[in-house]
Amino acid sequence: MQYIDRLQVRKRINFRLRLNSILKYVFLGATLSGLVVLAILLIRTVSQGFAWIDWNFITGHLSMDPEKAGIMGAILGTFWLMLVVVFFTLFLGMGAAIYLELYAKKGRIHSLIQTNIANLAGVPSIVYGILGLTVFVRLMDFGSTVLAGGLTLSLLVLPIVIVSSQEALRAVPQTLGEASYGLGASKWQTIKSIILPTALPSILTGSILALSRAIGETAPLVVLGIPALLIPFPGGFMDRFTALPMQIYYWTLDAALVEEYANLAAASIIILLLMLFILNSIAIYIRNKFQHRF
Amino acid sequence: MTTKNVSVNTANLSTKQLMNEKKSAASIKNVFEKMVPAVLFLFAAVSVLTTIAILYTLITEAIHFFQRVSFTEFFTSTNLKPLSQNPSFGLLPLLSGTLLSTIIAMVVAGPIGLMAAIYLSEYASDRVRKLLKPMLELLAGIPTIVYGFFAFTFVTPLLRSIWPEIELTNILSPGLVMGIMIIPMVASLSEDAMNSVPNTMREGAYGLGATKLETAIKVVIPAAISGIVASFVLAISRAIGETMIVTIASGSTKNFSFDVTESMQTMTAYIVEVSSGDAAAGTTVYYSIYAVALTLFTMTFLMNLLAKKIARRFREEY
Repeated sequence: MQYIDRLQVRKRINFRLRLNSILKYVFLGATLSGLVVLAILLIRTVSQGFAWIDWNFITGHLSMDPEKAGIMGAILGTFWLMLVVVFFTLFLGMGAAIYLELYAKKGRIHSLIQTNIANLAGVPSIVYGILGLTVFVRLMDFGSTVLAGGLTLSLLVLPIVIVSSQEALRAVPQTLGEASYGLGASKWQTIKSIILPTALPSILTGSILALSRAIGETAPLVVLGIPALLIPFPGGFMDRFTALPMQIYYWTLDAALVEEYANLAAASIIILLLMLFILNSIAIYIRNKFQHRF
Repeated sequence: MTTKNVSVNTANLSTKQLMNEKKSAASIKNVFEKMVPAVLFLFAAVSVLTTIAILYTLITEAIHFFQRVSFTEFFTSTNLKPLSQNPSFGLLPLLSGTLLSTIIAMVVAGPIGLMAAIYLSEYASDRVRKLLKPMLELLAGIPTIVYGFFAFTFVTPLLRSIWPEIELTNILSPGLVMGIMIIPMVASLSEDAMNSVPNTMREGAYGLGATKLETAIKVVIPAAISGIVASFVLAISRAIGETMIVTIASGSTKNFSFDVTESMQTMTAYIVEVSSGDAAAGTTVYYSIYAVALTLFTMTFLMNLLAKKIARRFREEY
């Protein structure tokens, strides 16, 4: 009497092995599907917008006429925004991270701030827009200026900068600090001349990535009432401005009226993605070039 | 150095005097040392202030709204006509839009993200994973406005050529594109969870003759389920708060409906429409965005809290 049907067992094993190898490719396909969409998106946008990028488009003023329209104003607006965001987030983010990692006693206040930062990172960007509209634009009466937009975006990315700076500080080995204390340095001296310089490349990398998040944000700017068609270039922090994502937004909306606006939107997207690409390359360069390994 | 010189030159100086001298020189440094943490604490407090400011503005302005529109009307009415002669402010049309776009996004991002996580953590070699993971995360780095443009000018026309009943602005296309956008979030967080399952558990399963697939589905996923569910909840929260894709591609029709071919407005898109449409401060329409934003904030906050709870409560310790 045969208890085990060998044929049955082999069939079963073959089925299981085949299922395994088929699903492996299904899983791989799922992983690649996102990349395929990304490729379609990039190829389509570039093929639609590339022909519209010329010197006049990059340096010209905004115009209703698609043939004459240029986006220098939006590019400058984005640069002004970056200045404000860098100024506020770098100091506030680094300072907060130093406090949380190196000074604060692990207790109720520390965990309150830490939880609060984690929660802030999950708040939808449009809510920051409403905060900016209420506090910066109306209450402080900045209007729809570079300063109001920059401060709103700064608050938006501050949690990201703090968390990445904290990770950078945590990666500095304790032995470095202890050696410094051993030589008689005070706490602030140790932080200023030992810990901070060691962690700086990682802090900068994180901050640049946060900055690239900030300049792609549209929703908060729309809520702040950043105008659609603005002819003069922004020249200061209290000037009204428009930014690249805003210009893409309005041109996409108006593509229903004038078909060429869709091409202008595509061309602006290329410029925006190029700026993001450059920022990210700088971040990766800094990380690879200056990061200490212990 | 200086103290030593002083003590040599003035031999008859008392020890007491010397100690006092040293103290006063150090006290300036001491004050500075004590000031630094105080200043840095203020920097850290900015984040707490931000939360307080968000809550304060949303709640105080929403109170103005609820003084004019009743709670029950806002949360149960299916009519949203903010600008008509006889305005009505029901949240349900916006909720249905938000719910529908989120469901569509999760139908895309959930399975694809999970499958990608399984591939990256169980099948891919280290080299392939190091190549694919950053590439997948590129998807999360593309600004949402670009996805909005893509949904409106590419996905919608494509869908319309297959399914002609779809309107020019509809909720299906932004939902799908939003799903693509949050794939890396699900994949990355789920993969982290699956990676932290100890290898001994996999080896146990292999030793019993399980295939990779059986190991992944019957051993690794159950062990990592808390992290996987948490990643789904976070992705849902992200989809609820997403603004630009739906604003551009889904139009502004305020219907309470569940028809994916129709134009529909989400909570986020409503805030954009009203705030960019010069609603004068002080009008009910103006205050309504605060009520909607407060609802949105509460929903995403609860979701994020839930994700953290799940990740903590059901985590198995190895």
